[in-house]
Amino acid sequence: MSFSVTEPSRRQKWIAGSLVVGYALITLIPLLWIIATGFKSSADSIAYPPKVVFQPTVEGYVNLFTTQTRMGEDLRAEPREDLPWYEQLVREKGNTIVGASRYSERFFNSVIIGFGSTFFAILLGTMAAYAFSRFRVPLKDDLLFFILSTRMMPPIAVAVPIFLMFRNLGLSDTHAGMILLYTAINLSLSVWLINGFIDEIPVEYEEAALIDGYTRFQAFYKVVLPQATTGIASTAIFCLIFAWNEYALAVLLTSGTAQTAPPFIPTIIGVGGQDWPAVAAGATIFLVPVMVFTILLRKHLLRGITFGAVRK
Amino acid sequence: MKSKLLNSVAVMSVVASGAVFSSASTASADELTLCWAAWDPANALVELSKEFEAQSGHKMSFEFVPWPNFADRMLNELNSGGKLCDLLIGDSQWIGGAAENGQFVKLNDFFEKEGIKMDDFLPATVTGYAEWPKNTPNYYALPAYADVVGWTYRKDWFERPEIAQEFKEKYGRDLAVPATLEELQEVGEFFQGREIDGKTVYGAAIYTERGSEGITMGVTNVLYNYGFQYDNPDKPYELEGFVNSEGAIQGLELYKKLYETATPPGASDAYMSANIDAYKSGQVAMQMNFAFIWPGVEADPNVGGGKSGYFANPAGPAGQFAQLGGQGISVVANSDSKDAALEYIKWFAQEEVQQKWWDVGGASAMRSVVEAPGFADSQPFAQTFLDSMAIVKDFWAEPAYASLLLATQERVHNYVVAGQGTAKEALDGLVEDWNEIFEDEGKK
Amino acid sequence: MDRAARATPPPVAKQIKGLSDRAIAWIFVAPTIIILLAINIFPLIWTIYLSFTNYAVNRPNRDVSFVGLRNYERILSDEGTWATMQATAHFLIWTIVIQVLIGFTLAYLINKKFRGNDLWTTIIVFPMMLSPAVVGNFWTFLYQPQIGLFNYVVSFFTGADPSSFSMIASVDLAPWAIIIVDTWMWTPFVMLICLAGLRSIPDSIYEAAECDRASKWRQFWTITIPMILPFLMLAVLFRGIENFKMFDLVVQLTGGGPGNTTTLTSIDLKREAFEKWRTGFSSAYAVILFVTVFGLASIYVKALNKVKAR
Repeated sequence: MSFSVTEPSRRQKWIAGSLVVGYALITLIPLLWIIATGFKSSADSIAYPPKVVFQPTVEGYVNLFTTQTRMGEDLRAEPREDLPWYEQLVREKGNTIVGASRYSERFFNSVIIGFGSTFFAILLGTMAAYAFSRFRVPLKDDLLFFILSTRMMPPIAVAVPIFLMFRNLGLSDTHAGMILLYTAINLSLSVWLINGFIDEIPVEYEEAALIDGYTRFQAFYKVVLPQATTGIASTAIFCLIFAWNEYALAVLLTSGTAQTAPPFIPTIIGVGGQDWPAVAAGATIFLVPVMVFTILLRKHLLRGITFGAVRK
Repeated sequence: MKSKLLNSVAVMSVVASGAVFSSASTASADELTLCWAAWDPANALVELSKEFEAQSGHKMSFEFVPWPNFADRMLNELNSGGKLCDLLIGDSQWIGGAAENGQFVKLNDFFEKEGIKMDDFLPATVTGYAEWPKNTPNYYALPAYADVVGWTYRKDWFERPEIAQEFKEKYGRDLAVPATLEELQEVGEFFQGREIDGKTVYGAAIYTERGSEGITMGVTNVLYNYGFQYDNPDKPYELEGFVNSEGAIQGLELYKKLYETATPPGASDAYMSANIDAYKSGQVAMQMNFAFIWPGVEADPNVGGGKSGYFANPAGPAGQFAQLGGQGISVVANSDSKDAALEYIKWFAQEEVQQKWWDVGGASAMRSVVEAPGFADSQPFAQTFLDSMAIVKDFWAEPAYASLLLATQERVHNYVVAGQGTAKEALDGLVEDWNEIFEDEGKK
Repeated sequence: MDRAARATPPPVAKQIKGLSDRAIAWIFVAPTIIILLAINIFPLIWTIYLSFTNYAVNRPNRDVSFVGLRNYERILSDEGTWATMQATAHFLIWTIVIQVLIGFTLAYLINKKFRGNDLWTTIIVFPMMLSPAVVGNFWTFLYQPQIGLFNYVVSFFTGADPSSFSMIASVDLAPWAIIIVDTWMWTPFVMLICLAGLRSIPDSIYEAAECDRASKWRQFWTITIPMILPFLMLAVLFRGIENFKMFDLVVQLTGGGPGNTTTLTSIDLKREAFEKWRTGFSSAYAVILFVTVFGLASIYVKALNKVKAR
C-alpha cells in the first residue's frame, strides 16, 4: 500500500466498511420484508410472532390481479378440475374469482402519465435550458429562480386551485390533466439540470459548426444534443421517478380513470379485510423498476437530487 | 379508450378543451361504472350483476374504494365533476349535499313510471338512504344495502365452563350477551389480557378511526343510548344541552373506559377491516362492526360455523338505539349513460333480484324479502339484523355533513384516544364547532 | 411557436436561417414559461382571490361573498393551526438533526474508500428513490404491535414485550414513528451530499496539515468541518423544504393521528380543503404556506448559487 498520509489504514477501512455494510443491511430489511410478504399466505403474513421462514405461495399475486367473492353453497359443492391453477388456488380459500382487479390499469396509468410527462418535460426543458445556457435571456436569473420556486410549493396548496381549474376545463381525472401537471412540475428539474449539462459543453463546438454553415437549429440538433445525451437521459429518469412516485396530487385530482398506482396500492383490500400479501405484491412490482433505475443512475444521483447544485 | 386518446392529444395545446368525451347515451350497449366501497358486499354485487349484463347487454365495470378512503375519493369525484361513476352507492349522509348540488338524479318520476314504490322498503332505510330533505317524498336513491352497527361475540368462549364460572364469581351474574352497555364494558374488561388456548386475548374491538368516520360511527352507539340528541326536537339546530347533555357526557366517558379497559393494544385507529382482522385472528372476544361482516364471520374457518354469536347494540339508561349504516344507489347527474344506469336500478329493484341479493351476502332493504316468513331463521344472524334495523338512528345528512363529521371525529378521537381534556370539554367543544358550521350555513 | 415547431426538420430550418438568436431564445423559452404561467402563476392568483371569499367547492349553488381578512384571522388565531405548526417544527428539527448526524457519519466512513464502497452506497440509497406513499403504507404493517417486524426487533434488543407498545397508536411515540421512517428514507440524501463535500476536499490540504503536525482531531475540526459546511447547509435546506411540504409518507403512516399529534401543515390543509371543502379558508391557508416557502426558497437559491460558485 502507499504511504500517503491521507490513505486510511487497513484497519480503519475494515471498521468503516463493516459499519457501512451493517447500516446498509438494516436499511434493506423493510424492502426485503415487502418482497417476502408478497410471497406469504394471508395467514403467514399476519402470524405472530412474524414469520421469517415460510412456505412461499403466489396467492398474494393472484389476489392482486383479481377481484374475488366468497363462494356460495352451490359453487362449493361442485369440484371443478377444468379451471386454471389460479382459480383452483382461490377456490381452496373458499373464494371465487369474479373478474380482474384494477391493479394493471393503475399500473399502466402510471406508465402512460410517467412517460408522457417525462417526454414533454424533457422536450420543453431542453429547449429552455439551451436558450438559458447560450443566449442572453433578459431577467435570466429571475426566470430561473421562478422556475425553481414552483417546485417548492407544498403540493396540497397547489392542488386547491388546480382542482378548480381542472374541473372547469374538464381535466379532472384525465390522463391529459395529469400529464400536463407533472410536466409543469418536472420542468423545473429538467431546465435546471439540463442547463447545467449544456453549460459544460464548450461553446467552441457550436461556433465551429455555425462557421461551417450550420443554422442555429442544426448546431443545437447535431452538435449540442448528442453531447448532452447522457445528461438528458439521466434527467429523464429523474423526471420519470418523480412522476412515478407522486402521490399527493394524484390522490386529489384523480379518482379512477387516470389514477396512478401510488394512491391505489394502499387501498388494495382482500375478501374480508386487509390483504397484506397482495399489497406487498403490488408494491414489489411497483418498486422494483425504480430500484433498477437507481442502479442505472448511480453516477448522476447527486446531481439529480440537488437540482444540479452539487456535481461530482 | 377513445376519450383517453383524445385527451392525450389535448395535452399538446395548453388551453385544453377538455370537453372531448364520447357521449353515447342511446339504447345500445353502454359501459356502466358502478362505484362503491371495497368490501365483501361489493364483490358479491359483481357476481349478482352478471345477470344484469346478460339481460341488458350493457357492460358493467366497478370501482371500489376501501371505507377509510371512500368518502374522500367519491366526494372528490362528485365535486370535481368527474365522469368516473354512472351509478354510485354512496354513503347515507351524502344525500343532502348531493341533492342540493344536483349531483344525484332525482328519481321520483322514474319510480312512478316504473312502479317502484318506496313503501316496499324498510322505512328506516328510505328515510336514511333515499330522502332529502328528510321525511319528505323526494327521492335521490333506491335503498341498496341495509346496514347497522351490531356486535359479534365468541360464543364458544362464553360457553366454556371455567370462563363462565370465573365470570360469575367476579360479577355475580352469568356470562351472557350483555343487556346494557355497562355490562358490555364489564365483559370486555373481563376478557382483557386473558389467556385462552395459550394466546393472550382482549375484550372488544371497537371503532376508533380518526381519518374518515370511524370513531363517530362507534361512539354514537353509546351516546344515543345515554341521551345524546343531535338537536332540540322542537327547535332544529339548537344544540346546547342536547349534544352535551349530562347523559351524553356519561356515554362518552363510558366509550373511553371501554377503549382503555377492553381493547387490544394498538387499536387507536381501527375501523371495519381492523376489527374484522382482530376478531378473526382470535384476538378479541367481541367486536363492534356493521352487520355486513356477519356472512363472512359465519363462513370463516376460524371463528365461523357456530363459534360466533350476534347481538344488537345493548341498551343504555336513555333507551336502545344503533348507528345506521348502509347506502342507497343513485344515478350520478354527470353521467353520460343515465338511461342505462336507470335500467340497472330498475333491474335491481325487482323482488327476485333482491332475494338473490340477500342470498349471495348482500343485505336487502326490501320488506318482502326481510319480512318473509322464515327470513329470521335463514341465517344465524338474521334475527339480530332485523332487531338492529328496528332501532336505527343516523348522523346528520346536511349538505355540510362533512364538516360536522370531521369536527366530531376530531373532538371525540382527541378525548377518547389521545386522552385530551374531559368528556364535557369534548362535547362542549363539539357544540361550539357545530354552531360555527351552522352559522356559516345560515341555519342559525 | 408554430414556426419553430415546423422548423425542426433540416429542410425547413434552412428557410428560417435568418431567425435571430434572440427570436430563437424566445421560441425556446416560451413554452416553458407559458406552461408555468398556466399551471403555477394563474392558479396562484386565483388562490389569492379565493382567500378573501367564503367560496366552497362543494357548494356551487351558494352565493360567494367577500369576507375580507376573516379567513386569515381565523387561521392565525386558531390554536389548532399552531399545534399543527408545532408538530411540523418537531418533525422538521428532529429529522434534520438525526439525518445530518447519521448521514455525515456514513459519508465519513464511506470516504475511507474500503473495497466495494460504491456498491454499498447504491444500496443505502434505495429507500430514498421509492414512492413514499407505497413505502409508508407498508411501514404501518411493520409497526403493528403484534404482527409487525419493528416491535419484534425492538423487543429482541431491549427485552420489552412486543405487544406492550404501539409506535403509531401512542400519543408519545407517533411523532417518533414518522421521524424514524423519514430518517430511514432520507438519510442517504444527506449522506450523498456530504460525500460529495468530503471528496471535494483536496488531499494536499491534509498533507500540508500533516507536515505541520496537526493532530487528526484538529484536522477534522479545522479542515473537514469548515470545508464541508456549505454542503451540509445545502442538505439542511433541502431537507427543510422537503419536510415542510411533507404529506404522502405521514398521511399513509399515521393519517395525522393519534389525536393531532402528527398532523403536519399539509395534512391539516388537505382536511380543510378536500374533506371539509372550505375552499376560501384553505386558500388563505395555502397563501400563508406560499409566503413561508417563498421566504425559505429565496434563502435556498442564494445558498445554492453560493455552493455552485465554489
